[in-house]
Amino acid sequence: MSTTTTPPQPWADPKPARRAKRRSSPEWTKAFSPRNLADTMLTGYLPILIALIIIVLPLVWMVSSSFKPVNEIVTLTPQLLPQDATTENYVTVDRRIPLMTVLQNSVIVTSVGSIIKVLLAITTAYALVFIRVPGANLIFLGILVALMVPPEVSMLPNFMTIEALGGRNTLWGIILPGLGTAFGTFLLRQHFKSLPKELFEAAELDGAGHFRKLFQIAVPVSLPAISTVSLVTIVNEWNSFLWPLIITDSRDRMTLPVALNQLRSVEDQVSSYGILMAGAVLVIVPMLIIFAMLQRYIVSGLTQGAVK
Amino acid sequence: MTTTESRPAHVVQDRPEASAPPDDAQLAAARKKAHRRKNSKNWSLFLLFAGPNILLILAFIYYPLAMNMYFSSLDWRLGAPRADPVGLANYERFFTSPSGLEVWRVTGIFTAGAVLGSMILGLLIALVLNKKIPGRTFARTAVFSPYVLSGVGVALVWMFIFDPQRGALMFILDRFGIEAPQWFLDPDANLLMVIIVYVWKNLGYCAVVFLAGLQSIPKDLLESATIDRAGPVRRFFSIVLPLLTPTVFFLLVTNIIFSMTNAFDILRVMTPTGNGTNTIIFEIYLQSFGQFNRAGYSAAIAVVLFFTLFIITAVQLRFVERKVHYQ
Repeated sequence: MSTTTTPPQPWADPKPARRAKRRSSPEWTKAFSPRNLADTMLTGYLPILIALIIIVLPLVWMVSSSFKPVNEIVTLTPQLLPQDATTENYVTVDRRIPLMTVLQNSVIVTSVGSIIKVLLAITTAYALVFIRVPGANLIFLGILVALMVPPEVSMLPNFMTIEALGGRNTLWGIILPGLGTAFGTFLLRQHFKSLPKELFEAAELDGAGHFRKLFQIAVPVSLPAISTVSLVTIVNEWNSFLWPLIITDSRDRMTLPVALNQLRSVEDQVSSYGILMAGAVLVIVPMLIIFAMLQRYIVSGLTQGAVK
Repeated sequence: MTTTESRPAHVVQDRPEASAPPDDAQLAAARKKAHRRKNSKNWSLFLLFAGPNILLILAFIYYPLAMNMYFSSLDWRLGAPRADPVGLANYERFFTSPSGLEVWRVTGIFTAGAVLGSMILGLLIALVLNKKIPGRTFARTAVFSPYVLSGVGVALVWMFIFDPQRGALMFILDRFGIEAPQWFLDPDANLLMVIIVYVWKNLGYCAVVFLAGLQSIPKDLLESATIDRAGPVRRFFSIVLPLLTPTVFFLLVTNIIFSMTNAFDILRVMTPTGNGTNTIIFEIYLQSFGQFNRAGYSAAIAVVLFFTLFIITAVQLRFVERKVHYQ
């Protein structure tokens, strides 16, 4: 480059030939010009492909390995796909942990916890926006601060509370401490504030009380926002690990992530990875399916605050 | 029409001043009374709607916060009947003892590695996804997906990949003639390992937020820069990056907070007793529910974590406020 000897001249056209060619050829040929194709490949598809491989390959590896027999796990020449596929690993998982019970626990905790949390979020957000009381903003501030407290901070005292209430190794003991919802309240409050006032004024003239305004107006027009809150809550409840880990030690009361953690400590041989991958599939794939179907809501909920 | 019948009585009662034109004093008194009645009625409705949630938050978030502050002043083992008050000794220990300082060091490295790693990779992916190429919606979904997956499951998958005997990574590094570090044994290798897994799980979040930031940059600005012969690198540093500053700052703060609070599953599953991976959240758990049962000390660390997060959030709120003012 000659930039060191001559000052750059941004107004001068450095590639007149190329420019002339572009001008003369019709629009669509440009898209298929070798230069453009190479450009798209190198700066578009190639990096995306690398990123996708890094993201997707571990998950493909997980699914594939979960169907591999032991000799294909401990081999020195691993193949991407199982040569002699078997469901043996899943059977072993079921033998080591009471799989059906644990799955049932996870489903109950996730569904009951999510339903209550979403209901509480809806009613709390409605109250904060539409029921005028002095100090409502202060209460909202208190909820915002609660949003910031990580579960690790409240873990120890909550453990003592739930233990004192007799909630160790019970499903309600797993569900109860997480029910107070700051995230959903926050998200729905923002949403309710954006609803047009006229919507509610007409109902008020008809003599609608708060219950009717909430369930006949606010909820129906907010279904996308409520779906977002619900899905994010479901994902979090299903994946929740720290609290169920602390409050359960009986295998019949564990949720799936806790049981898998126990499976890991039992199956610590190299040959056990097929079993562990089967366990990982059981906890990962349901969320992967939900995410694939409803990613729009989940992404918008999880990136809320960033995207105004 | 049944609206007149179903209309609650309070609608009329709320506005006594509308029915008759009394004198000023009467009017003021009536208004006050009505106001008070409306207030108390509103309060009971408010508590009916928001009360349960507020109660739960008080009982399981605020009460534990307060209790932790009390516990943190005790020399107390979980399950022990006796606890001796020790003042600030637990805090002193966390800030001065070698094991306490080690937690700060590990937390610092983990946070820096996790935040920088996921932000830089996230930005690179976002820049690519910002091009109009077919299949980018699918790529965006795929890249984001690890963020919603169970940390326990993800940790299990990566344990297999990192395994020093039969892990996929060992075979790959072998192919390039690189000797793999002693994963699971060497504390430094462990820390690097959990950072890599955390970044893998988290970078999609950064990519999607960056992508939204990139798409809010006005197209005409970039076009006019292109007409002025600014190359892609110049365009990135002179236009894209400055306009992306709010996004960068937002991600920086949220990522610092997330990396300090969200990584527990990965740490606990991949390194059960925390060999070189004792970040602050993991240490809170290990001290009270690990082998030591040092509940008082654990509570002190939890209090420190809370105030650290509080300060970070307060700084962010201040910044956001200023940004709004100057715009």
